Amino acid sequence: MLRRSLLAALAATALAGGTLPAAAQETVKIGLIIPLTGPFTTTGKQLEAAARLYMQQNGTTVAGKKIELIVRDDAGRAENTARIAGELIQNDKVSFIAGFGLTPLAMATAPIATNAKVPMVVMMAGTSIITERSPYIVRTSFTLGQSAVVIADWAAKNKIKKVVTLVTDYAPGHDAEKSFVDQFKSKGGEIVESIRVPIQNPDFAPFLQRVLDAKPDALYVFTPSGQGSILMKQFIERGLDKSGIRLIGTGDITDDDILNGFGDAAIGVVTAHNYSTAHPSPKNQEYVAAFKKANPSLRPNFASVGAYDGMHLIYEALKKTNGNTDGDALLAAMKGMKWESPRGPMSIDPETRDIVQTIYIRKVEKKDGELYNIEFESFPDIKDPVKAAKK
Amino acid sequence: MLTILFDGIAYGMLLFVISCGLAVTLGLMNFVNLAHGAFAMLGGYCAYVLVNFYGMPFFASLPVAFLFAAMIGLLAERSLYVHFYNRSHLEQVLFTIGFVFMTSALVDYFLGSQQRFINLPSYLQGRFDFFGVGVGKYRLLIILVCALIVIVLQLILGHTRFGSRLRAAVDDQRVARGLGINVNWVFALTFAAGCGLAGLGGALGAEILSLEPHFPLKFMIYFLIVVSVGGTSSITGPFLASILLGIGDVAGKYYAPRFGGFVIYTIMIVVLVLRPQGLFTRGTSK
Repeated sequence: MLRRSLLAALAATALAGGTLPAAAQETVKIGLIIPLTGPFTTTGKQLEAAARLYMQQNGTTVAGKKIELIVRDDAGRAENTARIAGELIQNDKVSFIAGFGLTPLAMATAPIATNAKVPMVVMMAGTSIITERSPYIVRTSFTLGQSAVVIADWAAKNKIKKVVTLVTDYAPGHDAEKSFVDQFKSKGGEIVESIRVPIQNPDFAPFLQRVLDAKPDALYVFTPSGQGSILMKQFIERGLDKSGIRLIGTGDITDDDILNGFGDAAIGVVTAHNYSTAHPSPKNQEYVAAFKKANPSLRPNFASVGAYDGMHLIYEALKKTNGNTDGDALLAAMKGMKWESPRGPMSIDPETRDIVQTIYIRKVEKKDGELYNIEFESFPDIKDPVKAAKK
Repeated sequence: MLTILFDGIAYGMLLFVISCGLAVTLGLMNFVNLAHGAFAMLGGYCAYVLVNFYGMPFFASLPVAFLFAAMIGLLAERSLYVHFYNRSHLEQVLFTIGFVFMTSALVDYFLGSQQRFINLPSYLQGRFDFFGVGVGKYRLLIILVCALIVIVLQLILGHTRFGSRLRAAVDDQRVARGLGINVNWVFALTFAAGCGLAGLGGALGAEILSLEPHFPLKFMIYFLIVVSVGGTSSITGPFLASILLGIGDVAGKYYAPRFGGFVIYTIMIVVLVLRPQGLFTRGTSK
């Protein structure tokens, strides 16, 4: 696997390195690699819809060049992502690769971006370490640590003293657990227990029973967005809500896209995250209306703004370099860029190329017959805490 | 403690209903059917569509899910499976795995890849305390329905003409044919019934196992463990194995969450090392 991606990367370097300097191209191509089939299809659909919406709203000509979006499906499998990235760079001569619905997909592609010197815009994956894997990676989504630290602060301030954490046992889950535990302990909270559940986990019942018997003030949860619903159902079924245990977590568990399918069970869940469909800014209301108009069956979620802002970053970087597609020039243009997104103010940290943004505390409420994450507190300018802790 | 036992039994019962059909095809008909979970998934989605889209009551949807899965099973058996009975096991594996991928893709195409839940009536939700033991209403229902199915199955196999024909066909196919038993039809009906039970299990289990297009692959390993641990020569073997696995899985995850996922595999390895023919077989017949 590693050898294959290295080979692909080498081939990519040889070809792309030879052609890029002769950059008299009239079109600039962006390769969007996302899961459009398989278990993470919903994420891919959101990413694609938002990227297309941005192009529709802002035109397809930037700095005198025509922008072309090439969408490819990796089915959520890392070996596909790396192969497709290599193909896009070699054959289609794309100037950007973007997308990356899951952490392993971004990790597998990082060496290819490095070798080909092509900017890689991570629009979804949220593990801290990703941006360290290549100097050409920029992130417009979020890191799990950002949300975890903020919800830990909030919990400590709101009379939650004892917490059990429950995370899915893979890299983003470990980030979500560590950031929360460190922060919560530093504020004087107590972690009764940290449970990690296998990623292929059919039934949460035994884990939840354990939580019930441990009698904490709150249960802190991170799961990939699809699994949140079953966890929440079983949380209610087992009567954890009635025994006074609060459910808190990162915003992945109350994903706006599927929140309505949870039913009233989800009402009252408190989470921290970077984006809510219900964010009250005019910019966001305009965004949600346009998004729903173009995609009547979807409700924009945090994945969608990652893609929307990723496209914005690409457009603005091209404007700054005056259409120059040299990877290093584009990266220099992207570092430190600031703008107003539908989610609120955000910027790219010039040192880490990671995202700096406001994190909101939200509570699930019913509004006009639909469930929304209603924001009620905000923590501005949050950087990735995992990288900050390394210094 | 008792709550864990209760949850484990409910989980085990569910595993049994879904996988007992597999015990028949794999053990009795000597056919490696990895697509068994696909029928469970189809039954689950059938109930989901009927209840959520057409407002059918949940209880009425269960027999429909059974019939639907059984019919698809019968069709598949007569049109596809029948050509593979005399092929090598490798070919059977390749065929059934391909079948799984196709059903997954079809479901994904028509109903999307999100997890689906069947709308349950409110009296089945929540739980009550029974002498200090927390009893989930829905899990109690699962135990009752499955217990009923086990009794009915046992009666059919032991006390009806069809049951004796099936047992005869399994014990010695050639002699059974010589006595005028239509072995092909006995197997076809048994296969269909097994698929139907899987479908019923899928509909019942949608709430707990989570219904999605990758259901058959996700649970294939559980079904195979039930069959390999339980042996395939009777109903009681897989039944006891399912209960053992259900309790082992739930208790393992409760008492040692870090290693909980491994408990059932450990049980399987130990059983297979000590008794390679399965835990509950009555001697070896051949």
